[in-house]
Amino acid sequence: MAPSNGLKRVDVIFGAYASTKYLILQKSIRREKQEIIQDIIDSGLRGRGGAGFPTGLKWKFAAAQPGNEKYVICNADEGEPGTFKDREILMKVPQKMISGMAICAYVIGATKAFIYLRGEYQFMVPDLQKELDNFHEQAREMNFDLTIELRMGSGAYVCGEETALIESMEGKRGEPRNKPPFPVVEGFHGKPTVVNNVETFVNANMICRIGVEEFIKLGTQDSRGSKLFSISGDTPKAGVHELELGMKLSDFVAEFGDDDTKAVQVGGAAGFCVPRKKFDTTIIGFEGMPTGGSMMLFNSSRSMYHVLHNYLEFFEEESCGQCTPCRVGCQQLLLGIEAIKKQERPASYLNQLLKLSETMKIASKCGLGQSVANSFSSIVENYVEEMIY
Amino acid sequence: MKKQKINITIDGIKLAVDEQCSILDAAKKVNIHIPTLCHHEDLCVAGNCRICVVEVEGQRALSASCATPVAEGMVIKTNTAKVRKARKDVAALLVAEHNTQCTTCYRSMNCELQEIAAEYNVDNNTYISLVDPNYTIDRSSWSIEKDDSKCIRCQRCVRTCAELQHVNALTVANKGKEMKISTFLDLPLNEVVCTNCGQCINRCPTGALTERRFYDDLWDAIDDPKKHVVMNTAPSVRVALGEMLGFPVGTRVTGKMVTAMKKIGMDSVLDTDFAADLTIIEEGTELLGRLKKILVEGNKEIKLPMLTSCSPGWIKFIEHMYPNHLGHLSTCKSPQQMFGALAKTYYAEKMGIDPADVVSVAIMPCAAKKFEANRPEMNSSGYQDVDAGLTTRELGYMIRQAGVDFLHLEDSDYDSLMGESTGAGAIFGATGGVMEAALRTVYEVVTGREVPFDNLRIMPVRGTDGIKEASIKLENLLDEWKFLEGVEVKVAVAHGLKNARIIMDQVEAGTSPYHFIEVMACPGGCIGGGGQPIPTNEEIRKKRIEAIYAEDEGMPKRKSHENTEVQKLYKEWLGDVNGHKAHELLHTHYTKRNRY
Repeated sequence: MAPSNGLKRVDVIFGAYASTKYLILQKSIRREKQEIIQDIIDSGLRGRGGAGFPTGLKWKFAAAQPGNEKYVICNADEGEPGTFKDREILMKVPQKMISGMAICAYVIGATKAFIYLRGEYQFMVPDLQKELDNFHEQAREMNFDLTIELRMGSGAYVCGEETALIESMEGKRGEPRNKPPFPVVEGFHGKPTVVNNVETFVNANMICRIGVEEFIKLGTQDSRGSKLFSISGDTPKAGVHELELGMKLSDFVAEFGDDDTKAVQVGGAAGFCVPRKKFDTTIIGFEGMPTGGSMMLFNSSRSMYHVLHNYLEFFEEESCGQCTPCRVGCQQLLLGIEAIKKQERPASYLNQLLKLSETMKIASKCGLGQSVANSFSSIVENYVEEMIY
Repeated sequence: MKKQKINITIDGIKLAVDEQCSILDAAKKVNIHIPTLCHHEDLCVAGNCRICVVEVEGQRALSASCATPVAEGMVIKTNTAKVRKARKDVAALLVAEHNTQCTTCYRSMNCELQEIAAEYNVDNNTYISLVDPNYTIDRSSWSIEKDDSKCIRCQRCVRTCAELQHVNALTVANKGKEMKISTFLDLPLNEVVCTNCGQCINRCPTGALTERRFYDDLWDAIDDPKKHVVMNTAPSVRVALGEMLGFPVGTRVTGKMVTAMKKIGMDSVLDTDFAADLTIIEEGTELLGRLKKILVEGNKEIKLPMLTSCSPGWIKFIEHMYPNHLGHLSTCKSPQQMFGALAKTYYAEKMGIDPADVVSVAIMPCAAKKFEANRPEMNSSGYQDVDAGLTTRELGYMIRQAGVDFLHLEDSDYDSLMGESTGAGAIFGATGGVMEAALRTVYEVVTGREVPFDNLRIMPVRGTDGIKEASIKLENLLDEWKFLEGVEVKVAVAHGLKNARIIMDQVEAGTSPYHFIEVMACPGGCIGGGGQPIPTNEEIRKKRIEAIYAEDEGMPKRKSHENTEVQKLYKEWLGDVNGHKAHELLHTHYTKRNRY
């Protein structure tokens, strides 16, 4: 196991910034594109939405695609239960995100970008639009050609999946596409498209500001940089906290727990449940347990059956419904645990459901379908008794 | 530029395939069968049922073989424990979602889910049934029955309705557990833009979409000694029915079909081809009449191009989508409806039967014919002209039910009156056939000579291209038709409503260069109709088309105007072509409909 980094608070994402002038962008568009891409690759930055794809590579692929029509999309459809960190960025430091998007657009050769905003964040629109107006004015002064448009989501969880998001932007049903082709090759309207999370763009901007060397001082070998954590549940310190990646879960619980933490759900409803006995051996980061930032703490007063039941109710509604393993699987997992609880099916039926969760992980069409069974298998495996009795 | 080949390995077999080839198609090349459900050769890739998953070396998750293009060096395994378990689980999930009353399902033994579930030894009780015990079946349409309890959400019907037909009557609604195949505002099928073409039925892997069945009613009529049941069979039924009864695709079973129907107990077995010949006489004359009115009389009210009106799916399509252009349609009824109108007038009179006792039934390759038979205006005989339109599939089941050994049946001929036909009537069943039949007659009428094509084969209007064009110059005409001297008649043929839309957009824009256009709602024409045996694909449709043309060439007469029974009909009873009585019985009008 990689050595733990301990728990280190950081303050770079919301930290001081030369606000409205977009100086980082101004500096960056005078640099060689390849140089910026190499910086992002060297920084080890990985996507902050949860899947953790290397950001530099994504930009490199999109930049290498032929043609002039390319797009940058900021995924601000923050919908994972227990995740609320993008909201803070969007409200407090949208310039950093917009600057990151603009740098990406410069690097891949896009002149059009979009912010796909979660439907429930409608209230942010006036302020965001004001900032976009400011950006467009600054960009004009820099003679930099980029228009950024706001697009609203309509509340479907699956539209956080990048290809479903693109479908939704094209005015279609929000359903994930078959991959390949990936969006960097065929994205919005079939053109090369980079879709990154809000926080990823902020980090990219940060790398351009402080340089690779400073950035890689944060985090560990496999998990560079800091991360915003959305901390909720049985904790006296609920809220958004910026921490370095690579800490042990036990260090995390020592800081944020209520001395009675029974389990931590890492990565939201689609993430993994870690029981107390594994706190000490679980690293939060790409070398261990990756997370889009959601950390839900549960103390011993909580029934893990109810926790799981709640997640499954969410998923059986939020599956897009197109592929069999996810559409039918989610319903079966929910009905299955209910039937066992009511003794309509024997306890051994849990084994069938665990097999089903394996099928869902390998046979579903998109990342959503493949990850919804994570919470199921990790909760059931660790809390069998609570499922049955 | 030479196409790049991609080297891959499937189950240990090395092969090189084209770029963009799917794993599924690559596997087919080396005779490896991968089960599919949402995949259909006629439709775009969906990749949503996940039954076709395979293992690709180096990847954690399985890949849907229908939706995954090959990549250089890819190593694929289609028969591993991981693959088999996942497929079995996917099948079990679909079974849980599906109403497994297979014993009473119309598609039993012709159901793709049933086959896969058996192949993978799926236990009906693996998962908890998701079928709503209070489910209802939409039987609002005359043509199509929609049973959501049997739907497996593969979306083949949705893709058919959108891609092949450009109708979009069926669509996906809701998400998650509520996701279903629905209509605009979830309205019943008879209230939406559905054209009743039934192409969705042909591509439904289960019994979720079927035609409304009326063969029990037909049995009642047969069993009633007072009733005189007159049956007529459409041209394309005889080249497809065999598929349901043990013959290979493309077998012509005309004589056996007639014998079987006689054995079943029909009072008279007649041929829709007779009415097809009659249609050519009426419609060809109508076309010449339109040309005359425009060229000689300068009548600006007359619409060209004239559009054929045989295909009821097409008729409903134009009524919904182009309601302001109905004047282009020929006023001729379809052969089914001409036949029906005559069955209860001319036929009844000549046979000395009270028309009230005549039950007129059409065996059709079509789902839309059921709706057509029940159009309120189709009662010019004083009764409902056609009592029922049955599909090829329904007839197949009746023959099986009657215990007739179809494979070993002797041939017999159609009865008379209205049983004679020509090769021109037969080719109505294939795309381009109506056009070819019309040209054979019209050209000869105005020139006194046969069409200038080898053995009457008008090749430019044959084949499976979506839109076909031809032109034929009219020269050295008979005196009566001199006003057409030198005119180059331009025609087009479209099949599949997607192509009909292209044709109609030209008409709407005023840029259509044609005089006469044949449109059939279904891909391939009637041989690919919504009432034909399932499955369907390009290869099957081509074989049926070949059989149709063979039928034509085997006929002693191949031009509609040579049909002696048709000649006799005009001479003894109907009077003039396009005359008063003909108009009353053989022509119709159309209805403007809404766009949703």
